[in-house]
Amino acid sequence: MEHNIYIYMLIMAVVTYLIRVIPLTLIRKEIKSTFIRSFLYYVPYITLAVMTFPAMIQAADSPIAAGIAFVIAIALAWFGASLFQVAVLACLVVFLIELLPFI
Amino acid sequence: MWTNKQAFRNGLRDGLPIATGYFAVAFTLGIAARNAGFTALQTLVSSMTNLASAGQYAGYVVVASGASYFQMALMILVANARYMLMSSALSQKFDSATPFIHRFLVGYGVTDEIFGIAVNVPGKLNPVYIYSAMLLTVPGWSLGSYFGVILGNALPSNVVSALSVGLYGMFIAIIIPPARKDKLILTLIVISMVLSGIFEFAPLVSRIPAGMRVIILTVVIASVAAILFPVKDDPYASVDKEVS
Repeated sequence: MEHNIYIYMLIMAVVTYLIRVIPLTLIRKEIKSTFIRSFLYYVPYITLAVMTFPAMIQAADSPIAAGIAFVIAIALAWFGASLFQVAVLACLVVFLIELLPFI
Repeated sequence: MWTNKQAFRNGLRDGLPIATGYFAVAFTLGIAARNAGFTALQTLVSSMTNLASAGQYAGYVVVASGASYFQMALMILVANARYMLMSSALSQKFDSATPFIHRFLVGYGVTDEIFGIAVNVPGKLNPVYIYSAMLLTVPGWSLGSYFGVILGNALPSNVVSALSVGLYGMFIAIIIPPARKDKLILTLIVISMVLSGIFEFAPLVSRIPAGMRVIILTVVIASVAAILFPVKDDPYASVDKEVS
């Protein structure tokens, strides 16, 4: 089945909006359920982890360069580098390694 | 509660640093959108209508894989699920005298950072504060992604290849610092990445498309974690991490 990019974009916009606006308008109460609260709390870490690996390795032209950038980015973030520093240095690592003739 | 004038001025003051950060993040998101086949204009519109880095990226993955519309809705729901928690907390910040319509307008702009500054407002929330912050953050976010696509098309391919990992670098920078403090988060991240790797390469499960994999793994791992390790107090009491 052929998909229309504008319908995709509409779904993205509508679902994102509803997620944000329904708790503000229809529910208007704190979410009490411990399970739902815990679930929603864990979701971002898990979903970002799943979306980062192995997609990051496949994002650059050279998987080796991207793999090294992946490890370096984790080390940098672990030792307190800022969001911006981690992102820029990850790009720089890929750029420099891909300059090597044998990669 | 702040007067409209105070709220407006404070919103601009607090929105400016967020807007500049957004520009940089959205730029690398634009590279990802371009790699998924989005034009600059489509990216601009999707940024203006979503204001969500992980959510938009997840959407671009679905578009690139040509999955069903239903899967798109499910994917966006999972990638943006945390906003439910934030909006429900923000709901308590509204004064009962504030007209109801403002809830629909403020709802449009709930991002991690906007939520972060909104909950730190003393007393009840004057929506004007959110609107004036959005005057800066929405263009910063949208134009950043727009220029990401434009420059992605103009730059040499090895530069684009390097920039393509930038967004993942930011995802890593978001999830790793909390993981250092909380071993449970660290364990969940490791499990998530290992299973994601298995789903990519192992026979049979690797036939599941990338978007579906994110949905299945997130729902299963988060459910198990929520049952085994329930969070007792308010996890978003002082949010100052994460990107839109």
